[in-house]
Amino acid sequence: MSFDVDVARRVGETEVSARFSGSGLVVLFGPSGAGKTSVLNMVAGLLTPEHGHVRVGGETLFDTVAAIDVPPERRRLGYVFQDSRLFPHLRVRENLLYGYRLARPEDRWMDVDETVGLLGIAHLLDRWPKSLSGGEVRRVAIGRALLSGPRALLLDEPLSFLDRVRREEVLRVVERIRDTLKLPILYVTHDEREVERLATQIIAIG
Amino acid sequence: MLSPAEFEILLLTLKVGVTAVLLTLPIAFAFAWLLARARFPGKLLLDGLVHLPLVLPPVVTGWMLLLAFGRTGPVGAWLESWFGTTVMFRWTGAAIAAAVMALPLMVRALRLSIENVDRGLESAARTLGASRARVFFSVTLPLSVPGILVASVLGFARAIGEFGATITFVSNVPGQTQTLPLAIYSALQLPGGEGQVLRLAVIAIALSLAALVVSEVLARRSARGRHVL
Repeated sequence: MSFDVDVARRVGETEVSARFSGSGLVVLFGPSGAGKTSVLNMVAGLLTPEHGHVRVGGETLFDTVAAIDVPPERRRLGYVFQDSRLFPHLRVRENLLYGYRLARPEDRWMDVDETVGLLGIAHLLDRWPKSLSGGEVRRVAIGRALLSGPRALLLDEPLSFLDRVRREEVLRVVERIRDTLKLPILYVTHDEREVERLATQIIAIG
Repeated sequence: MLSPAEFEILLLTLKVGVTAVLLTLPIAFAFAWLLARARFPGKLLLDGLVHLPLVLPPVVTGWMLLLAFGRTGPVGAWLESWFGTTVMFRWTGAAIAAAVMALPLMVRALRLSIENVDRGLESAARTLGASRARVFFSVTLPLSVPGILVASVLGFARAIGEFGATITFVSNVPGQTQTLPLAIYSALQLPGGEGQVLRLAVIAIALSLAALVVSEVLARRSARGRHVL
């Protein structure tokens, strides 16, 4: 099992909980406001669950019973945020290299040229994030996550705010990561078309 | 142009201003960071203490510095016994007075800029493998650079204009503590000193304008998303 997750916590007024295990591309599907992003944050270690466990690729990252709470920087999860969060003070190349430089050499399984080729962003390397289109920003964010040597990817609505052409671009990239790289992916969306096209497993939230 | 005496006053003022900013910057940044990010009991009290020099009569601030740094004061006695030195009637004392007076303004500017740093970017950096310390130095600090520059210029302007705390604390000693405002004050006391006052006032205006222009240029450069430093 790539993902074995059982987490719960109160976020504001809502009780967010999720319990699932699965491999391949696991889609967390549910309406807006159901707490899907909170689940991703709990998996990534940015939000601490009140109880439960998070195991990815057989490694325990969080477990209340065993008192394990690996800090986010050591979880090796490539998180692509809904708002991408490229570093505005670094050019695209430096954004891509941020996590790559911090990863242990044996954890890096993709190099910059491969990533840039896969995502079609070679022409963007010297640009500043704020000069990029929405689709370009999303692809750079995916590249930055892939280069950090992750054991899995967390994608939070990676197609939101994109027009049809850009959505297709990013969808193809996600399919290639799923099929060619065989990287486990936890994918959050509220769009049924994405679920049908991508999911190997669907988990309903909310 | 400037007479040697005026040139000396200008140099001293610059030295005091720059030293005050360099002295205050790390302290102000630490306070600003605590106030913007940390949660601890007594935060309101710290906020109040930091702002005290802004609201107190400068004479009171100068008097308190005198109590602390005077030969028998806690800091003054310590400086005397450990380093055999004193800041009384020295330019270093003038720099300390200017630094204390500049602190609140600098903390305010820095706090705003730290609060404006997107926490989401810091989380993103952590998921990419950066420790808290690395996040601070590679994300928080560089993104606060515009605020650091604004704070430095504000602090510098405040420092070179400092009068009340300085004259109370380290007096008005030509060549040591007599910065531009104190020199202007002295010239005003002299019969026939109006010409001198005018010349010194022009220097003060030029210096302040230069600081404003520098801050404007820096702000524009950083707005274009370039590295400022």
